[in-house]
Amino acid sequence: MKYIGRKALIMLVTVLIVTMLVFLAFRVIPGDPVLNMLGTSATPEKVEQLREQMGLNRPLPVRYIEWLRDFFFGDMGKSYTYGIPVRSMLADKVPITITLTLLAFVFVVAISIPLGIFTAKHEDKWYSKAIDVLNQITMSIPSFFVGMLLTYLFGLILKWFKPGGFVNYKVSPVGFILYLIYPAIAIALPKAAMTVKLLKSSVLKEGKLDYVRTAYSRGNSTDEVLYKHVFKNALIPVITFLGMTLADMVAGSIIVEQVFSIPGLGRLLITSISTRDYPVAQSIIAIIACLVIMINFLVDVLYKMVDPRIR
Amino acid sequence: MRKRIVFTLSVLLTLTIALSGCSGRKAGDSSRIVVGIPQDLEDSLDPHKAAAAGTREVLFNVFEGLLKPDVNGDLIPAVAKEYTVSDDGLTYSFILRDGIKFHDGNPVTAQDVKYSIEKSAGMTGDASLIAAFSNIDKVNAVSDSQVDIVLKERDVDFPAYLASVSAAIIPMANATPDTTPIGTGPYKYVSRSPQENVIMERFDDYWGEKANIKDVEFKIEVGDAMIMDLKGGSVDMSARLSVTQVKQLGDEFDILEGSMNLVQALYLNNKVKPFDDVRVRQALCYATDTQEILDLAFDGHGAPIGSSVFPAFGKYFIPELADKYPRDVNKAKELLKEAGYADGFDMTITVPSNYIPHVDTAQVLVEQLKEAGIRATINQVEWNTWLSDVYAGRSYESTVIGVDASSMTAEALLGRFYSKADNNFANYSNAEYDRLYEESRITFDDARRTELYKDMEMILADDAANVYIQDMAEFVALNKKFEGYEFYPLYVLDIAKLKVKE
Repeated sequence: MKYIGRKALIMLVTVLIVTMLVFLAFRVIPGDPVLNMLGTSATPEKVEQLREQMGLNRPLPVRYIEWLRDFFFGDMGKSYTYGIPVRSMLADKVPITITLTLLAFVFVVAISIPLGIFTAKHEDKWYSKAIDVLNQITMSIPSFFVGMLLTYLFGLILKWFKPGGFVNYKVSPVGFILYLIYPAIAIALPKAAMTVKLLKSSVLKEGKLDYVRTAYSRGNSTDEVLYKHVFKNALIPVITFLGMTLADMVAGSIIVEQVFSIPGLGRLLITSISTRDYPVAQSIIAIIACLVIMINFLVDVLYKMVDPRIR
Repeated sequence: MRKRIVFTLSVLLTLTIALSGCSGRKAGDSSRIVVGIPQDLEDSLDPHKAAAAGTREVLFNVFEGLLKPDVNGDLIPAVAKEYTVSDDGLTYSFILRDGIKFHDGNPVTAQDVKYSIEKSAGMTGDASLIAAFSNIDKVNAVSDSQVDIVLKERDVDFPAYLASVSAAIIPMANATPDTTPIGTGPYKYVSRSPQENVIMERFDDYWGEKANIKDVEFKIEVGDAMIMDLKGGSVDMSARLSVTQVKQLGDEFDILEGSMNLVQALYLNNKVKPFDDVRVRQALCYATDTQEILDLAFDGHGAPIGSSVFPAFGKYFIPELADKYPRDVNKAKELLKEAGYADGFDMTITVPSNYIPHVDTAQVLVEQLKEAGIRATINQVEWNTWLSDVYAGRSYESTVIGVDASSMTAEALLGRFYSKADNNFANYSNAEYDRLYEESRITFDDARRTELYKDMEMILADDAANVYIQDMAEFVALNKKFEGYEFYPLYVLDIAKLKVKE
């Protein structure tokens, strides 16, 4: 319990620091939301008037504290760009990004665990070596590029899906999932390749330990030893890695969203930064940061459950 | 437990496969068009606040002023069916169209018009997007069907400003024009999803010729994904494409060529050394080869110009000015020598990095200027930085950008070089020019005014205020299932005229 409490505290401090950094970052980068809104029709009077209206004239610490307080109570302010509450804007987008990430994660697990064990078991066979090479290649291609290849192959040549034909989950949940399959694969492939490699070496390393020899000497078959003893122990480093991967994929999905023109958090984040729509950008970054930190926290807890030696 | 999960998954999968045949757009449902736009409507859905050209061109389908422009840029009656001007030219009396309705079904009243004009003119709080509206003295709802607008001073261009989306007539009863736009145009707003789309539907009670296509989705798509979408079939039409983009499209599209209606130039900060010297500015003009820019960066498309007016302005446009400074490197060097820069000089061209055509242009310019001994470097900045530093702050040396006209008046283009103009980002100042401009504001004879405007254009060219390049070509890709796209001399995307091919 003490362990969880400590981790939770660290989690809170991290969120605070991240939001503060985000707030400061917008002061440092050049550009101004007011000028962006007015574009080429900006005149000094108009700028001043709008600045006053949006409360941008007040001191920074005051604005930060107010924002943090409101954010804590679930009020993320109003978008400068759209004039609607950020909360309602994100309510539509968060499910998209989360679904995409989770779907990708399912793919990572579904691909890497069987394949990792398979390659470890048949280490010396030629097909295992072939998988290794393939793995190495997949690992080295960034997911946005995999996305482009998939779009070209399945979208334009085979026409299995319509590039840019994203379907909102409110319109058709099935069409939504079907469209997300390809981007999810794009996100999952490089990560799955890494997981396969890690799991394989982990299984092989465990396989050389004394308890395995003991298990064999007790008359267990290879499969029994592998699944009952080795796999469980070999999984510990893999869980940590998968946790990190999941956190990484939340951020990674943002880039892939661009490739597949999925209107999730990613595009909103990028445009809100370039239009200096502070309330939106801050909220998205804060949400992503919270998600990542929360995942790490869960992994820590899970880790402790799998391996009680960890304190 | 595990079995249960496997079962659920397999059920889901079966469902997915069974249902997948049902998704997507049905064939034959062609009374719907998806129009790709390169940016979201980010400023406001309130027509009186929407400043960006990209927003106004979409809102053009929803809103109308008392008057509106037709495809030639001429003014035609819209919410008003006719108007008269008093003899002193100060009072404009508008008679409202009978039975005209807003999208919410309510009739347009004289009170709505009064409210709209006052709101648009900044008389009720928000700043006005139309500077010339500061000239409005008062707006009177004379009767149920008549509204009089009284000006402080005569302004012949006044009706042209009323035709802008920024002067749209909106219902007084709508408390949230920012988020629920209601107008009188051929399409009504249905919904939006930020960074995803804006949905519109045909307004069946429209006073004029009704739109042909029932449902319109403006889909926001960034960069080359637009081409992917067009090819894949999820976007039917996209305007403002570049030559390179258009070349990637196949036979399923009609490619229409028009012009962007803007003045692309290497704008110079006339207050900064060495650009405060007319000889240096002229040297830059002589060092530049417009045709080469068009050939290298635009595949030969585009209309060369020589001053701050583009060809769509018809009677104000002087085509000869485009040839005023033919490429002559020796002359450029001579002029530089005279100005005391025999060894050339260093300069920076600031370009917004999101506008690839401007960046390309700057790259060609750098090479051309090099031959005349001018060492130019490109500084690519974010659009937002460009707006704050170059446009608003005027702290730059030179920049490549396109300037458009907010209304079909020569004033919209030439007014910005008046030395006291707020938007004179080139810091141009010329006493003779100022005198002509001031005279044009109080001249009501059209022939004389045209003459004044032309003189102003000549001064800008003689003075080499900027290195004028071209009015850029614009390409529209339209899926062959549709037809009827028409170009306007203004920044407008008119969907109502599109129709499905028989």
